[in-house]
Amino acid sequence: MSRAEIAVVGAYEHPTRWAPDKTAYQIAAEAARGALEEAGLTFADVDGYACSGVGPIGVLSMCHHLDLQPDWLDSTAIGGSSFVAQVLNAAAAIRDGLCTTVLITYGSTAASERFAVGTGGGSAGDPPDAFEGVYGPTVVGAYAMVAQRHMHQYGTTSEQLAEIAVTMRRHAGLNPHAKYRDPITVEDVLASRVISSPLHLLDCCVISDGGGALVLTSAERAKDLKSTPVRVLGGGVAARHSGVGVRDITDIAARQSGKRAFERAGVSHDDVDLCMIYDSFTITVLSTLENLGFCEAGEGGAFVQGGRIGLGGALPLNLDGGGLSSNHPGMRGMFLVIEATKQLRAECGGRQVANAEVALCHGTGGFLGIQHSGATLVLGRS
Amino acid sequence: MADRRPGKPVPRVDEESKGFWEACRRHELRIQRCRSCSQLRFYPRAICPQCMSSDVEWVLCSGRGEVYTFTATHQNHSPGFRESLPYVLAYVELEEGVQMLTNIVDCPADDVKIGMPVEVTFEDIGDDIAIPRFRPRAS
Ligand SMILES: [Zn+2]
Repeated sequence: MSRAEIAVVGAYEHPTRWAPDKTAYQIAAEAARGALEEAGLTFADVDGYACSGVGPIGVLSMCHHLDLQPDWLDSTAIGGSSFVAQVLNAAAAIRDGLCTTVLITYGSTAASERFAVGTGGGSAGDPPDAFEGVYGPTVVGAYAMVAQRHMHQYGTTSEQLAEIAVTMRRHAGLNPHAKYRDPITVEDVLASRVISSPLHLLDCCVISDGGGALVLTSAERAKDLKSTPVRVLGGGVAARHSGVGVRDITDIAARQSGKRAFERAGVSHDDVDLCMIYDSFTITVLSTLENLGFCEAGEGGAFVQGGRIGLGGALPLNLDGGGLSSNHPGMRGMFLVIEATKQLRAECGGRQVANAEVALCHGTGGFLGIQHSGATLVLGRS
Repeated sequence: MADRRPGKPVPRVDEESKGFWEACRRHELRIQRCRSCSQLRFYPRAICPQCMSSDVEWVLCSGRGEVYTFTATHQNHSPGFRESLPYVLAYVELEEGVQMLTNIVDCPADDVKIGMPVEVTFEDIGDDIAIPRFRPRAS
């Protein structure tokens, strides 16, 4: 028996970036409706449900709120990459017959609650926090330490990192919903204040409200639905941390999850028409590109220069403007999959990558230099 | 001098970490070595992830190492840290070969460099806990 194909049949990004009167639940519900309506489905068709970022048993509260009684549940909590991993989990569940139609939702009011996504401190209770939290690690700091080491080891420059932020902003200018759309220059990035050296304010993602939803089902069933299906070709998940105290901090989870994803999807790097790379910080993109194998370790700085990662370049990425300029309510993985799906459906107007057939999404969750997850997903046009 | 700033987290001492924190209280830096497979490990765990043995010894470290990587933190809204900005968060690689997350102190943030020689210094916070941090040393 051949392996059943799974498809994304609904992908909806909530247009809001600021929603002080809404709860995360309402944003998630509105996004869910948007994604289901694309496919011509209703809540009654949902028999599998996944969400993340709403507390330890938030998946139950979300079921309560949406009045769902699904046969399959998932509340993966590996940080902002969770939704990318959940697409893989959902595909496996559908393939195994545990359910037929999975809804994945995300909602957050990080901005209007003034939640310091990247610059709050850690706790110091359970291990390993007791050996970390006392020293004041921030999310930015954990990524900044990777950038500092990368610069030392390979000569990567702040100008090269800034190029990533500049490119994302150019893409955001093509996305009417993006939070920041005015062009910036490398000089602007370098002149912005240092948050955690060597990362400047404009090396860091924005903080917004927002949410989104995805709907998955079998490719067979997708034929009867309203939307254009996008195929789940394969993926992988991995974790990296400082282990027992011996680690190359520039070696990240993407190396492992990406390798598995390429193998399972049966595609090569040359087949990839666009990438959606979690850009919590500029260094996240550079490290991810190297570890996914789009260039060698240490070559990321040169790789992102010269327009290669911009619309019209050889490997356009984050066409929506990314977390650096469009939206980042704390867990951006959801938007990677939504934009990739829309690109493969050729629905992206001025920011559309021509003839996009294969898209790669990579989410990074957690504290890159301390402990983090990576989830890679390859999607293909039907 | 005792410094228990409001809000700054204090490590919880438990069965796995007790040996480390008791040594710190004496201003000694000790890390675990598995008596079965000889692997050094930091932070402390009851069970060796490599061979699953619980038989462990606490090796006294020289306290010397060098900065593996660092960041000068200019923004942290959390109580206890917002008063200390800018502070340096770093991984220090000990002479024994393991990396520790820590702070670099007694040094202006702009002067910290990767590869810089450092040595441990302890900050007593109350009677029972001392936090190991690192400061520059002559190479
Ligand atoms: Zn052992």
